[in-house]
Amino acid sequence: MSPRAQKWVISGPPLGYLLIFFAIPTFIMVLASFRFAGEFGGLAPLVGTGNPDELSGLTFENYQRFFEDTIYLELFLKSFIYATVTTLLCLGVAYPLALMIARSDKRWRELLVLLVILPFWSNFLIRVYAWMIILGPQSGFARAVNGVLGTFGAEPIPLLYSPIAVIIGLVYVHLPFMVLPLYVNLEKHDPALLDAAQDLGAGAWQRFWKVTFPLSLPGVYAGAALVFIPALGIFAIPDILGGTDGILIGNVIKQQFLDARDWPFGSVLSMVLTVLAILFAGLAAWVARHQRI
Amino acid sequence: MIKRRSWWLYAAGIAAYLFLYLPLVIVVVYSFNDSRLNAEWVGFTWHWYGVLFNDEQMIEAAWNSLVIGLVTSLIATVLGTLAGYAMYRYRLRLLPVLVLTPIAIPEILMGVSLLIFFVMINLTLGMVSIVLSHIAFCIGFVAIVVRSRLAGMDESLTEAARDLGATQWEAFRLITLPLIMPGIVAGALMAFTLSIDDFVITFFTAGPDSVTLPLQIYSMIKIAVTPEVNAVSTLLMLLTLVLIVAATRLAPGAVRGE
Repeated sequence: MSPRAQKWVISGPPLGYLLIFFAIPTFIMVLASFRFAGEFGGLAPLVGTGNPDELSGLTFENYQRFFEDTIYLELFLKSFIYATVTTLLCLGVAYPLALMIARSDKRWRELLVLLVILPFWSNFLIRVYAWMIILGPQSGFARAVNGVLGTFGAEPIPLLYSPIAVIIGLVYVHLPFMVLPLYVNLEKHDPALLDAAQDLGAGAWQRFWKVTFPLSLPGVYAGAALVFIPALGIFAIPDILGGTDGILIGNVIKQQFLDARDWPFGSVLSMVLTVLAILFAGLAAWVARHQRI
Repeated sequence: MIKRRSWWLYAAGIAAYLFLYLPLVIVVVYSFNDSRLNAEWVGFTWHWYGVLFNDEQMIEAAWNSLVIGLVTSLIATVLGTLAGYAMYRYRLRLLPVLVLTPIAIPEILMGVSLLIFFVMINLTLGMVSIVLSHIAFCIGFVAIVVRSRLAGMDESLTEAARDLGATQWEAFRLITLPLIMPGIVAGALMAFTLSIDDFVITFFTAGPDSVTLPLQIYSMIKIAVTPEVNAVSTLLMLLTLVLIVAATRLAPGAVRGE
């Protein structure tokens, strides 16, 4: 077998599979965003069936609707804010954890990293559901929080079905994505740099902000991209932990596909989400590359 | 060299571990709680596990998940191993993009585009559409593990085999394959775990007769939570734990996606 033929025999099957079940569906979604909805929901057939109620051909109508009605842009903005807050909180929780693992004894590091990863591999719904128990009105935690608030004379607040619950859920689910790239980066730092900084008179605070943190920025960007992008499209967390006004763009996409059955418009929303995801991934890669250290 | 470990770093680190594990521990603890409410500890019981094993819908969902997971991991392992090998051996442009993008984009996008696709080709949504979708997002994970295993392999071993007269296929079958086998098995375990745990993509590609375990858990959470959810969650976490620890043993670093 010639090397060329061999290359195709090896890469052909996965390539073919992903073309059919990833590339083509994505392309159809792009097409669907320019199409009309079918008579009974879904998509109208591309070629006219002679049924006067069904429209064939392509249209910009769906995109027009998206930009005319500000509610969808507002939802994207809301999702953007939620994803940003999630990313920053993840960074705050993950950084000390990653630093602690990177500075612990070599023989413990593997175990400590495994302990961060294990929750990530357990079922996503279970991890969200756990917070339903903790934040539920009957739980000890919710009663304690409201007890504290009560002593300050504040009204009791519902924790579950609130934006707070959604943010906690988002942070909890995405935390490992932030810890790992940070750890991989921090582990590589040369401890001699900190010794040198100390010899030159830098205090602990200065050593962190002038040496450790700037060096760790590539890890920060990688972690931020890994948290921010999935958080942007999430629908199950607001669905389970959020209230009626807590929906994000992922929930509206789900609605358009499964309840309203307006697939062309659902595709428009998915397209905008795709473009944003690619944009932020590209941005993170670009910043990481052009960073001078 | 000065050891740099301040007490507050430990405190913050331990707090983060508590944050990661406490919720899961609560689910496990309440699965043994003799109360219908997930509120207060009343006493120990096996009751909810009894309820679970007599819940026909739940058993059927577990069975569906198992079948889907096994078929998915089998096919995704073959395709993912080929992809990982191809990405290691050749300079390819399209394949790495197709392999890695499904992992990087929000899951809902893959879910809805596959939904449109399956309806368009007139495939009835059910077990088959779920398996086809799961394979698509599992290939990447297997490919990454296999490629990293290949990258850690000593290339001179296959060269030596070729010098001693082995054909290319023999060298692959007798040298390369046994060496990367732990990576392949770890990839298969990961694919099985991902498939059994997947909610978002399954949510869009499942039909009414193909309820999986996560879908069943979701409908219970949304409609009526009973501690039976805690019991099934505990068992599912136990299964995942065993699979992932096994995968880590076989290919250290694999589970981290390095």
